[in-house]
Amino acid sequence: MTEMLYWQALNRALDEEMAQDEKVFLLGEDVGLYGGTYRVSEGLLAKYGEWRVRDTPISENSFTGLGVGAAMLGLRPVVEIMTINFALLALDALINMAAKIPFMSGGQFSMGLTVRMPSGVAKQLGAQHSQRLEHTLMNVPGLRILVPATPQDAYWQLRQAIRSDDPIIVLEHELLYFHKGEVATNATPLPIHAAVVRRPGRDLTCIAYSRMVEVALAAAEELAREGIEMEVIDLRSLSPIDWEPCIQSVGRTHRALVLEEDCRFAGAGAEIVATLQERCFYFLDRPIQRTAGLDLPTPFAAELEAATIPNVERTCRSARDLVKMSGAPL
Amino acid sequence: MHSVDPVFLLRQMLRARALEETAAQEYAAGRIAGFLHLYPGEEAVAAGVLSCAEPGDYIVSTYREHVHALLRGIPAAAIFAELLGKKTGVSGGMGGSMHLFDAERRFLGGYAIVGETFPIALGAGYAVAYRQLPEAVICFFGDGAVNQGTFHESLNMAALWRLPILFVCENNHYQIGTEIHRHSAVVEVYRRACAYNIPAERINGMDVLAVQQASEQALARIRAGDGPQFLELETYRYRGHSMADPGAYRPASEVQAYQRQDPIKELEGELSTQANCPAGDCVRQFQEQCCAAGHLNSERLQRLQDEIAEEMRIALAEAQAAAAPNLTKVQEVFQKNHRFEDFFGRGAA
Ligand SMILES: Cc1ncc(C[n+]2csc(CCOP(=O)(O)OP(=O)(O)O)c2C)c(N)n1
Ligand SMILES: [Mg+2]
Repeated sequence: MTEMLYWQALNRALDEEMAQDEKVFLLGEDVGLYGGTYRVSEGLLAKYGEWRVRDTPISENSFTGLGVGAAMLGLRPVVEIMTINFALLALDALINMAAKIPFMSGGQFSMGLTVRMPSGVAKQLGAQHSQRLEHTLMNVPGLRILVPATPQDAYWQLRQAIRSDDPIIVLEHELLYFHKGEVATNATPLPIHAAVVRRPGRDLTCIAYSRMVEVALAAAEELAREGIEMEVIDLRSLSPIDWEPCIQSVGRTHRALVLEEDCRFAGAGAEIVATLQERCFYFLDRPIQRTAGLDLPTPFAAELEAATIPNVERTCRSARDLVKMSGAPL
Repeated sequence: MHSVDPVFLLRQMLRARALEETAAQEYAAGRIAGFLHLYPGEEAVAAGVLSCAEPGDYIVSTYREHVHALLRGIPAAAIFAELLGKKTGVSGGMGGSMHLFDAERRFLGGYAIVGETFPIALGAGYAVAYRQLPEAVICFFGDGAVNQGTFHESLNMAALWRLPILFVCENNHYQIGTEIHRHSAVVEVYRRACAYNIPAERINGMDVLAVQQASEQALARIRAGDGPQFLELETYRYRGHSMADPGAYRPASEVQAYQRQDPIKELEGELSTQANCPAGDCVRQFQEQCCAAGHLNSERLQRLQDEIAEEMRIALAEAQAAAAPNLTKVQEVFQKNHRFEDFFGRGAA
């Protein structure tokens, strides 16, 4: 067990995979000499040289496409897109190419491509730099999406993604890079897409992912002081979603709250709620609730920005309402 | 060609420098958050180009746009207020540093996704040509932006349809930490425009008079119906990419060389208060030139500097005193742009 920051865990994962497999190489804007905007590739250019750590021009669609082409030839590219906002320029490579080639080639080509990017709302970066686009990518069959919330998961899920023969997108969170946590580099990791219970509780189940797991845990702490025990599930993966732990939890608590940073309308939460009601309708005492971002582009002004994304207070309020909601189950 | 008033250009450059230094101080004091991309070192570009813009022209810029906004005539107070996220900000506190918009002054915005200024300018140029107006569109972008597909796509269409666009490349040789030789196979950016048959020139972007002259000629050609024109202005940013970037990838000798370009005699009085920006930069050079040519003496210069300091002081105080925007209001504005009318349906008027 070592204590590491989230970015250090990612850095370590890259380093180990590069050391073990010559087919692994990195590319992206400022990943080399600069070491990555969030330091994730720090030191790797010096260690592995420019063919394995490639600084690119600002040409997202084509360098992500380069990753696709190189993966067709059996390499294992790890593309860094500086932030998810710029991935919008690479959607052709991600959606039309990476997600389709293994399928439309009748399985002749695998796609050992990993695309990492920071996502989410940071602090006052404005509407074009504060997006959460997981729903856009979730709706694409053929892509898999990981959302590590801890350094431990960042480390293992990135290593697992690099080894996968499917295209995998790793959504890191802008505000998690400097969070610290224990990383067990010798342990047996959880399965890549497994969801886990981060905190048990009997009264309701809160399903969260990425940075919202921290918000959920802080809310659970506060609710516990009021006698409400909230179970917190960390999805860890948004495509596929590991439903079993969610269903089992709802089977115990009979109430579910989905917490997401993304906008509410047609977000990841909509999928989660729809599937849960299909699969655990008869366990539910109350309608499933969502606490999500407001359906607005992110405003720049500090208080407004804060008002558009869920926080501990709003999560507690939703949880209390859900627990206290009276009347017969619908 | 009308003659330029060098003192006016100097004044604009000094205002530009003062605006950004004030912003840097506010950032350091923790009152401005988010990304803050500053312009010191590149003032001759904005001052030279924008001094040739007519009120009817349109400006499209990037996230490094505070100075473009100021020299377009947007009051410093409205810029500061936006950087501080206030209601009186030029974008109502909704945009922030990277998204200054002013419809009235035809400032079509600062865009934070590299390469977006090309298609926006293309569309504006199309609309102007469509209406057969004598206006021009000035499109700013960096050296890093020319490797985005939109650059090539837009230059091709602009040339194909002879759209009235002045493409202005602010070549400061860096794309964040990546120096131009490591991001571009062809480092003379103007040559790329030639590939699309767009008249293009490379100009010393540290020399405001040269920039002014080239811009004036290019805009005259655009107004004469010659179609798009392209200027590559070689310049340098003295600070890091943004306030979050220490800029450690650049050798100190390189930074100093640009700050010393053309040896000059020191003028009295410290103009620049911040450490990254010592004597000998483009603003200083021009200041020296103005004095040498007899346009300015030290008293007048002092007066100019005092006036500008006062302008910035008042503007900042005004911005600081302004209220924060309110969420309900914001939602209303947003809804206003999303009226769900049923244009041809039964509900339509
Ligand atoms: C599509 C896109 N990719 C990456 C970025 C991150 N980014 C912001 S500025 C920048 C460098 C731009 O360099 P240049 O065009 O030369 O402009 P300068 O900052 O030097 O003025 C990068 C890579 C972005 N904003 N948009
Ligand atoms: Mg540049």
